[in-house]
Amino acid sequence: MLIAPLLFFVLLTFIAPIGDMLFRSVENNIVSDTLPRTVKVLSNWDSKTGIAPDEEVFEALALDLKLAVKSKLHTKLGSRLNYEKTGISSLIRQTGRKVKKLDIEATPSFKAAFEKMNKKWMDPAIWQTIQQFSSKYTDGYFLAAADLTRAADGIQSVDEDKKIYFKLFVRTLYMSLGITFMCILLGYPIAFLLATLPMRTSNVLMILVLLPFWTSLLVRTSAWKVLLQNQGVINDFLVWIGIIADGNRLELINNVTGTVIAMTHILLPFMILPLYSVMKTIPPTYMRAAKSMGANDFMAFRRVYFPQSIPGIGAGSILVFILAIGYYITPEIVGGTKGVFISNRIAYHISSSLNWGLGAALGAILLVVVLALYWLYDKFVGIDNVKLG
Amino acid sequence: MALPIYASPMQKTWYYTFRVICGLVFFFLVFPIMVIIPLSFNAQDFFTFTPEMLAFKSEGYSFKHYDDFFTNQDWQHALKNSLRIAPMATVLSVSFGTLAAIGLSQSHVPFRRAIMAIMISPMIVPLIISASGMYFFYSRIGLQGTYAGVVLAHAVLGVPFVIITVTATLVGFDKSLTRAAANMGAGPVRTFFKIQMPLILPGVISGGLFAFITSFDEVVVVLFVGSAGQKTLPWQMFTGLREQISPTILAVATILIAMSIILLTTLELLRRRSERLRGMSPG
Repeated sequence: MLIAPLLFFVLLTFIAPIGDMLFRSVENNIVSDTLPRTVKVLSNWDSKTGIAPDEEVFEALALDLKLAVKSKLHTKLGSRLNYEKTGISSLIRQTGRKVKKLDIEATPSFKAAFEKMNKKWMDPAIWQTIQQFSSKYTDGYFLAAADLTRAADGIQSVDEDKKIYFKLFVRTLYMSLGITFMCILLGYPIAFLLATLPMRTSNVLMILVLLPFWTSLLVRTSAWKVLLQNQGVINDFLVWIGIIADGNRLELINNVTGTVIAMTHILLPFMILPLYSVMKTIPPTYMRAAKSMGANDFMAFRRVYFPQSIPGIGAGSILVFILAIGYYITPEIVGGTKGVFISNRIAYHISSSLNWGLGAALGAILLVVVLALYWLYDKFVGIDNVKLG
Repeated sequence: MALPIYASPMQKTWYYTFRVICGLVFFFLVFPIMVIIPLSFNAQDFFTFTPEMLAFKSEGYSFKHYDDFFTNQDWQHALKNSLRIAPMATVLSVSFGTLAAIGLSQSHVPFRRAIMAIMISPMIVPLIISASGMYFFYSRIGLQGTYAGVVLAHAVLGVPFVIITVTATLVGFDKSLTRAAANMGAGPVRTFFKIQMPLILPGVISGGLFAFITSFDEVVVVLFVGSAGQKTLPWQMFTGLREQISPTILAVATILIAMSIILLTTLELLRRRSERLRGMSPG
């Protein structure tokens, strides 16, 4: 089979990484790996009693922590648990330093010893968190990605001011819809013009569409950065012709406006090309027939031409929407803090905050949305019909 | 869509308004790219037209940003990396992609739709997701931060383009030609190189160009999979734009625009050739 090498190649270099990411979003080895004894004895503890666990658990914790400190794993454990409950990281680090000096043989009561190190160890909430995240797999990242948290009495949503991800997803969807809409608005007349002009002229004009399509994404993004800046070309021009005063230049960059303008420009060819290829197939005789039967220009367009161009709008919109929803580079550069997408948050979690699980969970949610749209696209347009250039 | 002589004033007004609207959209499409070119010759370190430039005085213009690009170590290193990575990735995606496209075009392929969906998926899945997945997985198997890792990642991103363009040329391919070649005693390998390859070559080349540009223009994946040693041109531009924006970026951008114009011309010529070969009239 000629397909086999590529299939294998794609599976290894692309599908496996995606699978790995999905796995990371539920993986939770760190607690059970670092504190194996504690996790084992802690499973017998009933979190509803409201008191800290017994001596036996503290003894296991002392042994586990001592080993963990030796291999410096305890800071990792601390930051992992800190995602779930703030304060644990410093608690574990501080305790780690003291446990190092603790003589296991000569300690009469571990519970008392830990209480002396830090009173927080008597707080059942801490133990509850450890117990909750001691299993190998967790839905904690997904809960966090959906702005939910697991409290003593089941799953509940987090405080209003901490609900960032839901807002970010909604914003991503809204902005992508806005961009798609702008693309339809600007792309439809162009595609119509190209489809109705004589071949020779339309081929020349087509170059104006294809040039941005072929130009490097970063070139276009830097162009917009240059144009939209406070001291940039557009603002300078507007000040020069006197529309706005020098003192109140327009805020065009580092906000939603900047992202929408730049991304509409970048994605517009992806709307025009499918629209054009559909409009090309509409015979011009239909319009003439409608007019000869008494329809005026607008009527003929609305009742005859437009309905036939809807498949093109659908194909273009889904394509633009899919591409927009996952964009990272352009929002990162022109979006500031208000105009960023969910992808920017994923990148932040993976490269800066190192909360990989949460980044992976957010990615998994985004992936599901995109795959659903991909399926829709395949159903209505067919992936074989994707046209390039 | 020429205006008939009997058009009413209303129709005339609308006709010209429509032309103006289209003109504005074309302006929106092309202006941002074109404005970069004169700005890159700015003698000052500004991102806007200086009074000297607007008066077309020669002291307002200079090549200093180009000088910087060709002498600066960082930029040269990045350029070299891009030129090392993109061709390798292109060769990989073209060879795998062409084979698979030919395989897929045969009539009896089980799960054709599913296989196609898997092979096209690198184009559909958001880059940030592919990039983070590759970051996790490639660091497990020791490819993260290596030249090979970046090449493999870029190759898989280029595959969908090759598949799409080659499949498109294969649609018009006359199967009886290969049968005729076999009839005259050519083996499958010989048939492929002598008969099939020359005919689908335009599709292969344009797929290759797509794959090349994909790799040459890619930032997100290389940011995650690569390390400082694999810093490519787009990566350098991205950090430049995010941190200290220097006008050298405009010079680089102008060079890249020139490159895309060359690519666009090549593709257009290829398309005409392919249509001529298949007996369609060139547009």
